Amino acid sequence: MAPDLPAPFCDWFAARDWAPHAHQLALLDRADHPATLLVAPTGGGKTLAGFLPSLIEIAQNRHEGLHTLYISPLKALAADIRRNLTRPIDEMGLPIRVEDRSGDTRATAKRRQRADPPQILLTTPESLALLLSYPDAPRIFAGLSRVIVDEIHALAESKRGDQLMLCLARLQRLRPELRRVGLSATVEDPQAIARFLAPTGAAPDLIHADPGPDPDIAMLATEDPPPWAGGGGRYAIPAILDQVRRHRTTLIFHNTRAQAEIFFRDLWLANDDGLPIGIHHGSLARTQREKVEAAMAEGALRAVVCTGSLDLGIDWGDVDLVIQVGAPKNVKRLVQRIGRANHRYNAPSKALLVPANRFEVVECRAALEAVRAHDLDGDPRGPGPRDVLCQHILMAACSAPFAADDLFAEVTQAAPYATLSRAGFDACLDFVATGGYALRAYDRWQRLMQRDGLWQLRDPRAAQRIRMNLGTIVDSELVKVRLRGRGGAALGEIEEAFAATLSPGDTFLIGGEIVRYEGLREMTVEVSRDRGREPKIAVFSGTKFATSTQLSARILAMFGRPDWPDLPAHTRDWLATQRRLSRLPEPGRLLVESFPHEGREHLCIYGFAGRNAMQTLGLLLTRRMEEEGLAPLGFVSTDYAVLIWGLDPAPDPAALFDPARLRDGFETWLAGNAVMKRTFRSVAQIAGLIERNLPGLRKTGRQATFSTDILYDTLARHDPDHLLMQITREEAMRGLVDFGRIEEMLARTGGRIDSLRLARVTPLAAPLLLEAGRIPVEGLGRERLAAQEAAALMAAAGLAAPAATA
Amino acid sequence: MSDHPLTFFGAALAARPSGALWWASERLLAVSDLHLGKSERMARRGGPLLPPYEGTDTLLRLDSEIAALAPRTVICLGDSFDDAEARLSEDEALWLARLMAGRRWIWIAGNHDPAPMETGGEHHAEWRAGALTFRHEPIAGATGEVAGHYHPKARLAGRSRPCFLVDAARIVMPAFGTYTGGLSCTAPDLRALMGDGALAVLTGPQALAVPLAAL
Repeated sequence: MAPDLPAPFCDWFAARDWAPHAHQLALLDRADHPATLLVAPTGGGKTLAGFLPSLIEIAQNRHEGLHTLYISPLKALAADIRRNLTRPIDEMGLPIRVEDRSGDTRATAKRRQRADPPQILLTTPESLALLLSYPDAPRIFAGLSRVIVDEIHALAESKRGDQLMLCLARLQRLRPELRRVGLSATVEDPQAIARFLAPTGAAPDLIHADPGPDPDIAMLATEDPPPWAGGGGRYAIPAILDQVRRHRTTLIFHNTRAQAEIFFRDLWLANDDGLPIGIHHGSLARTQREKVEAAMAEGALRAVVCTGSLDLGIDWGDVDLVIQVGAPKNVKRLVQRIGRANHRYNAPSKALLVPANRFEVVECRAALEAVRAHDLDGDPRGPGPRDVLCQHILMAACSAPFAADDLFAEVTQAAPYATLSRAGFDACLDFVATGGYALRAYDRWQRLMQRDGLWQLRDPRAAQRIRMNLGTIVDSELVKVRLRGRGGAALGEIEEAFAATLSPGDTFLIGGEIVRYEGLREMTVEVSRDRGREPKIAVFSGTKFATSTQLSARILAMFGRPDWPDLPAHTRDWLATQRRLSRLPEPGRLLVESFPHEGREHLCIYGFAGRNAMQTLGLLLTRRMEEEGLAPLGFVSTDYAVLIWGLDPAPDPAALFDPARLRDGFETWLAGNAVMKRTFRSVAQIAGLIERNLPGLRKTGRQATFSTDILYDTLARHDPDHLLMQITREEAMRGLVDFGRIEEMLARTGGRIDSLRLARVTPLAAPLLLEAGRIPVEGLGRERLAAQEAAALMAAAGLAAPAATA
Repeated sequence: MSDHPLTFFGAALAARPSGALWWASERLLAVSDLHLGKSERMARRGGPLLPPYEGTDTLLRLDSEIAALAPRTVICLGDSFDDAEARLSEDEALWLARLMAGRRWIWIAGNHDPAPMETGGEHHAEWRAGALTFRHEPIAGATGEVAGHYHPKARLAGRSRPCFLVDAARIVMPAFGTYTGGLSCTAPDLRALMGDGALAVLTGPQALAVPLAAL
């Protein structure tokens, strides 16, 4: 049955009546290849496949010291893998020690791991970077032979993956014979992930496991139609509870943490049978999450309300239904989530989509068709970002003095940095050493200095601060929440900006319970339990993904159909009414509606370019309108449209879309906008200009926000070509600004603009009026309103004119 | 640019949108909390290497106020330098000397710069002119006081801006320096300091007055 396996392994499989999967044997066969990527669905024994070659090598050679490093994006995954690996190791009586290491590992355990590493160490990219920053890194990794990167498709989409590949290049220099294995879910371009994994110049191997049968996926039928706007899917609770009752274990995915919290509470209010249902998201305290994970593993829960924190990895044996609440935005992520219900290999996963509002009915339908057509989406990423490289240089300086030539050779071995130019590298080194300013102000105070041709820290004590700030995850600032009283339980975290709006007595939701705000002590929000009241709502920004290009195209194509027999009646009527009163957006044209509403002029542009690009379009158009004296006051954007309101109507909306002028405006506009400042903030933190964590004190997020904005303005004015400004521009163009998709929209519509003047708000525009996340425009219109408000306040205080006191 | 006029102990003053205070009849310009040399101090102490342009930026704004008003006297209300070791670059030092030339220049001591710096001009713990006393840190119970220290800010129509706080007894000035944080004018310290009927005068494109109690 499994001739390739050594005896104890063969017996172990046989004793369980198992046979190794073909892909597990294939990976074993290629154990000596420098880099191999395995693409397999959840439940396909992917992790065991990754570890089998290691287990066999260690068992046969009695390897001492660290042999295999396993890296996953989630701490929880490492703990889960440790449990799953310990079982076969114990049952086969193998002399192998497996330990995990993350930010949660105790300091004593971490020290011991450095002195006496286990044969298999399970960790995260950030903990690996930290390990490499110690001077004894060469000793810790002296015997390292294999690296397993789990969920590499998720890591490859973010800077965490870029940082990891830089760290692997460093490990590879320490251990030239190091072999890499990547484990990936189904992706649109496996070759790209394989190239990402392999060292520069090495040809990666690719193994595809049997993808299993197609999923059984449908839209959830509900009694009530979804609301016009907003998210959360509250209306569908009775139908969802009904599904939970009919299945063994259900995962209920939400796109944001706030929505998960609200939904969880409403679900419990309607849970008359008292079904055991838990909640899991990244803002909950670790103990809370672990409780849910343990209960889940024991099969004690019938459902878990969750977010992206359960997107990956952990094998919850018995999940037989996945419910996605809210449009999935991206077909690939949807397919991966559905895979979580793959409780038995070779059984179809079952999934239900729940649109959260009327527009999402259309989007869910389009996503469903894409899944059935195996039409995955995804955008290729550009070369590795240089803020991550700056941090890597700082990390390298912490571990030992280095020669610039050696470090350059090393980082270009990482695939994302293979095309990095020497000049690009030198600019990063210069930034890390001196700040990289046109004005050489810090020659005396440089961070790095050269001695005998080697770069090193000017002040070795700086290493501690640098280590505290390693990592590329830039969260909005969070504060801890715990129950008042000595030893009060930690409940989780909320955003500092939200905490700042709370007054004693206010209530909010966290972990599904209502708590009352008592006070803020040493950056911890103290709360007490409070059952009775309506809660304010905890605001978690979470990541808001833009609807993919491909999904947007499918929606536009659907609008073109004469009728929509596949859609529920309420949505069919809605689209038909829009077609009658105005018109529906078309793929090759740009629809622009204008209408008065509640004393303001409104302009609605159906660009279908995704949330980020639509926001940029809103910023660009309002800037043009400001220049033309149209006094815009603000706008709101969604994935499909932007709605602008102001004091005066635009006489010729189509004229606003002249591509040359839009591009022109873009260059000058880019410098001063809030999106750039937000991007700069994360770049400045990753590159080490701003420190998030300081020994002994925690800078409050509000100060950090304040100072990066001013720093950005100062750099923009006095040193606009500074490295961090360049990185910020590159980043924003790809990410939050997403100008590429505006270009794509302009090319797609080619100046074919349908500008309609209407007497009142149209069916398709109406939901935008209810949309949250309105962005004010700072300009004449607002200055007019501020002056009015000031005058009104003065008048109310009996001070009619700006006059004297005393 | 529109000022907000104030009559304060008989003196006709103007709160400027820039955050400076102008006393036209005396041709006197007051600014507070310049914090020159702040980024250099952080670098010296092994902290991050912040963009070293804030001195230039602060001087640029001060220069444009001086160019617009041609004051006879300039008073810097303390915390002009971020610490005793703060050094201006050669360009900045020359620039400052040029601004100081041909007029009286008074440095008031602050908690960051208690001792005189090597900059020329006069150094005082506080300075009186008519019924007004210019000092760095407000003193409870004082009257006719023009002070700084707190970096007050106020939020109006959703935007937070540095502001003057004005009541019958004193004026607390906003920080003029570029890298200076701020304290909300609703903070207990500032609420306790200011009397009933106090105004906040916000800086920005134009000076906007609002009753402090309404914020």
